[in-house]
Amino acid sequence: MILTNIESVPGKSIVEHYGLVSGSTVRAKHVGRDIMAGLKNIVGGELTGYTELLHDSRQQATDRMTEQARQLGANAIVNVRFATSAVAQGASELYVYGTAVRVE
Amino acid sequence: MEQIIIFIILAVLGYTAGTLAERKHYRSIETRERRYLNLPAVTTKKESFKESEVENAILVSGNAVISLDYFKRILAGLRNIFGGEVVSYETLIDRARREAILRMKEKAGRADVILNLRIETSSIGQTANKRNTIGSIEAIAYGTAITLKKT
Repeated sequence: MILTNIESVPGKSIVEHYGLVSGSTVRAKHVGRDIMAGLKNIVGGELTGYTELLHDSRQQATDRMTEQARQLGANAIVNVRFATSAVAQGASELYVYGTAVRVE
Repeated sequence: MEQIIIFIILAVLGYTAGTLAERKHYRSIETRERRYLNLPAVTTKKESFKESEVENAILVSGNAVISLDYFKRILAGLRNIFGGEVVSYETLIDRARREAILRMKEKAGRADVILNLRIETSSIGQTANKRNTIGSIEAIAYGTAITLKKT
């Protein structure tokens, strides 16, 4: 599965469009990470736990999107966009969407 | 009295550790940015190469969550009274964005150019939904890495 965030797949031509595909996941951080982050908030710097958590969740959302595209018979997704929204205190939704296409 | 002492200790700890960490981080960002000078990331969607020269195109992304230290948070709180430029937040967001771009470039491997770079930021963490506070900020950078055929 080829993913790009431009209108086409360079070097290949789009032969069929399948429409919008998307994947989302809502994740909350666990208490242990929160305590560590609380301590880190005093000295500042990178919160590695959160970075990993968000990276993994985004990966999961992307996997769901590619799975949806595969079921449609697509072999590429163009114009992929990421969006993040805080749905509740301590939980955020990671949303990925794009257009499923078949390229040759 | 005890509360004041704890407050001062936290402020001093935050100031020293925070400043040191920030300097170290900026140094590391600058060295790595020099290393990736030959891999430009552009916001345009088209570049001056022929479609036939492209070997492959993949989506690459990188993210970073950076938090503010205790002392700077107090400073920023004071800034809210008088208004004006909040330098401590500016460096925070700058660090997060540049770190995210660097991580994206690290994932691009031996690509030649990254097209349509997009950067998004969102505030997360404990203080995410409280008004007037940014506890920590997440920056994500993503784009399409293009590898050209080597002739």
